Amino acid sequence: MSEIDVRLVDVVKRFGDSNAVDHITLDVNDGEFFSLLGPSGCGKTTTLRMIGGFEQPTSGLIELQGQDVTWLPSYKRNVNTVFQSYALFPHLTIEENVAFGLRRKGVKDAEVKSRVTDMLRLVELPGFEKRKPNQISGGQAQRVALARALINRPAVLLLDEPLGALDLKLRKQMQVELKRIQREVGITFIYVTHDQEEAMTMSDRIAVMNRGKYEQLGDPESLYERPQTRFVASFLGVSNLLAGTVDGTADGYALIKLADDTRLRVPVALVDGNAQIEVGIRPEKVRMNTPTDAIPAAANQLEGTVTDVAYVGVSTQYIVDSKSGIPMTVYEQNIERTTTGSLYRQGDAVRLSWLPEHTFVVGGAPAATPAG
Amino acid sequence: MTAPSLPVRRGPTGPSLRQRIGKATPYLLLAPGILWLLVFFILPTFQMFLTSVSTGSLDNGFKLTWSGAAYVTSLTKFGTQFENSLIYGGTATLLTFAIGFPVAYTIAFRGGRWKNFLLFIVIAPFFTSFLIRTISWKVLLLDNGPVLSFLRDVLHIIPADASVIGTPIAVIAGITYNFLPFMILPLYVALEKIDPRLIEAANDLYASRWGAFRRVTIPLALPGIFAGSILTFIPALGDYVNAILLGSPQTQMIGNVIQSRFLLLGDYPVAAALSFILMAAILVAVSIYARALGTEQLTG
Repeated sequence: MSEIDVRLVDVVKRFGDSNAVDHITLDVNDGEFFSLLGPSGCGKTTTLRMIGGFEQPTSGLIELQGQDVTWLPSYKRNVNTVFQSYALFPHLTIEENVAFGLRRKGVKDAEVKSRVTDMLRLVELPGFEKRKPNQISGGQAQRVALARALINRPAVLLLDEPLGALDLKLRKQMQVELKRIQREVGITFIYVTHDQEEAMTMSDRIAVMNRGKYEQLGDPESLYERPQTRFVASFLGVSNLLAGTVDGTADGYALIKLADDTRLRVPVALVDGNAQIEVGIRPEKVRMNTPTDAIPAAANQLEGTVTDVAYVGVSTQYIVDSKSGIPMTVYEQNIERTTTGSLYRQGDAVRLSWLPEHTFVVGGAPAATPAG
Repeated sequence: MTAPSLPVRRGPTGPSLRQRIGKATPYLLLAPGILWLLVFFILPTFQMFLTSVSTGSLDNGFKLTWSGAAYVTSLTKFGTQFENSLIYGGTATLLTFAIGFPVAYTIAFRGGRWKNFLLFIVIAPFFTSFLIRTISWKVLLLDNGPVLSFLRDVLHIIPADASVIGTPIAVIAGITYNFLPFMILPLYVALEKIDPRLIEAANDLYASRWGAFRRVTIPLALPGIFAGSILTFIPALGDYVNAILLGSPQTQMIGNVIQSRFLLLGDYPVAAALSFILMAAILVAVSIYARALGTEQLTG
C-alpha cells in the first residue's frame, strides 16, 4: 500500500451557522493526483485552504506525512499552493517570484539561481526571468505560479482551480501539461475544480463534493460507470435515471417495476437489498431501434417517441419521451451518418434497449463505503 | 440586361468635422487645466522670480536690476528658520506616518463594513477650519489645559513648571495633527488595493507574518507612502500657522519669515527669493526621496 501524504480526520469548518466542510475524513496517497470536484459552495476550496493552513478547522485533525499540522501556520507547512488568481507578486520579477520561497528558506544564492532556471525550463518559460507579472499572458502567469510553488519541492501541491481563468483551448493544453509535470516531479497534487471533465482527464482519484461532504470517492472510471448517488450521477456526465420498485428476481437479475409497469433488469448485487431505487443508464450505452427491430432477449427495453434530435458532429443526441413518462437522453455515434443520413427523426416511434450489465443504481440508503 | 451602375459616392477629401473634433478631444479636455496653471501658476512664478531679482522698497517702488542681493540675504540670515522648517516638517512627517500607517492598515484590511465610516472619521476634522482646529490645540496644550494638567496633577510624570506652548513640541504636534489625513488617505488607497491573496501567497512561500509584511505589503504600499509623505512634508515645510499659534519667536519657520517679509515688512525681493529657495530645496529633496524609494516601483 502506498504511503499516505495527507490525512483529514473528521474535519469540520463552520462559517456562521453552516458547516462549509461537514465531517470530512480523507486519505490522499503519496504521489497521487487527487481532485476535489464539486459545484461552487460545496466546501472544496475551504478544504484545500485548511490543508494549506489558510483556515483553521473548527474541529478535526489534519496530518501531513504523519505529522499533525492542524494548528501549524501556513509558512511552517511543507505545502505550496497555486492560487486561483495566481497571486504573483506584482512588484517582483518572474525570477524573484519563483525564487521567493527558496530565499525565505535561506537557500544559497547559486543554488537558487540554478533551480529557478531549471524550474522555468520545466514550465517552458526559459528566458522570462527579468519580466514583471504584468508583462506576461494569463497562461504564462499560470505557469509561473506553478513554478513558484513547485520549486520548493513541497510534500503536497495544492491547486485551487488553477485553469479557471484560461480559455478553453489553453485549458486543454495546460491539463496535459499539468499531468506531465506531476509525473515528472512525482509530487502529490490536490486539485480543486468544478469542471468534471478536467477532473476526469487528470486525476488518479476524485472526491465528488456536495454540501460540505464528499458523496463518492474513487477513480474517474468507477465514478462514471458506477455512481452511487443521484448527485454524482448527474454531476459527472449525463445520466438517465428511472425510479422504480424492486419486484422479484429472475436469472440473477432483480426486476424493477417502473411507473408504467415496464420491467427492467438490473444485476441483483447492485440493488443491495433496497426496495425503492433509481436505475441509471448513460446515454451512450442506450441503443436506438425501430419498433420492429429484433432485440436480444436479455436487454432492457423502453418504448418511446423521439422529441428532439441534435447533431453534434461526433454523435447525434436524441431526446426520447419514454412511455413511463421520463425523457431519456441517447447519444449515438455518427459512424454511418455520411451514407445514411439521420436514422431517426422527430416524432418517430422507437424502442430503446441496453444491457442490464451497463446499468448502475442510485438511491435507497445513502452511498456505502467509498470505492478505491 | 445590365444592372444599372451604382452612383459613385464621393466622400469628403479630408477628415470630417466630427473626426477632427474627436481627435482634438484630449486637448480640449486638457485646455482648462493648462490655462489655469498658466495664469495662476506659471505667470505668478515668473513674476515672483522677477521680483526676487529686483531691488527697491515698497515706498519707492521695485526696479528689475537682476541683483542677487535678496538671495544672499536669504541664504545668510535665515539659517535657523530653514533648519526649524526642515526639522519640524520632517519630524511631523515621520510622526504622521507612524500614527497614520496603522490606522490606514486597519481600515484597509480590517475595516469590513465600517470602512467608509472610519474614513469619514479621518476627514471629519476638515469640516472645521484649519485655524479653529489649531487654536483649539493651543487650548489643549496650555499650562493648565487638559493635557498638561493630566500629566502633571494626575500622573505626576512632568515637573510642576513644565510648559509646551511656545516649544517645538507644540509646533510639531500641531503640524502632525493638521496633516495626518493627508498621510492616511493615500496610504489607505495603496493598502486597500493589495490583494489579500498576495499575503497568503507569501505565507505559503514560508514568509512569516512580519516577512510577508516587509516583503509584500510595504513594497506594494510604497506609492502610498511616497504620496502621503510628500503631501505632508511639502505643506508642512512651508507652514506658518502652527508656528504662530503654538510656537514662539524661537520656533519660527521659513513660512513665518516669508509671511512677515511679504505682509508686514514689504520686503518683496527677499520674500520671493526665500520662496524660490524653499521650492528648489523641496524639488531636490523630493527627487532624492523618489530615487531612494525606487521610481520604478512608484509607477508600477
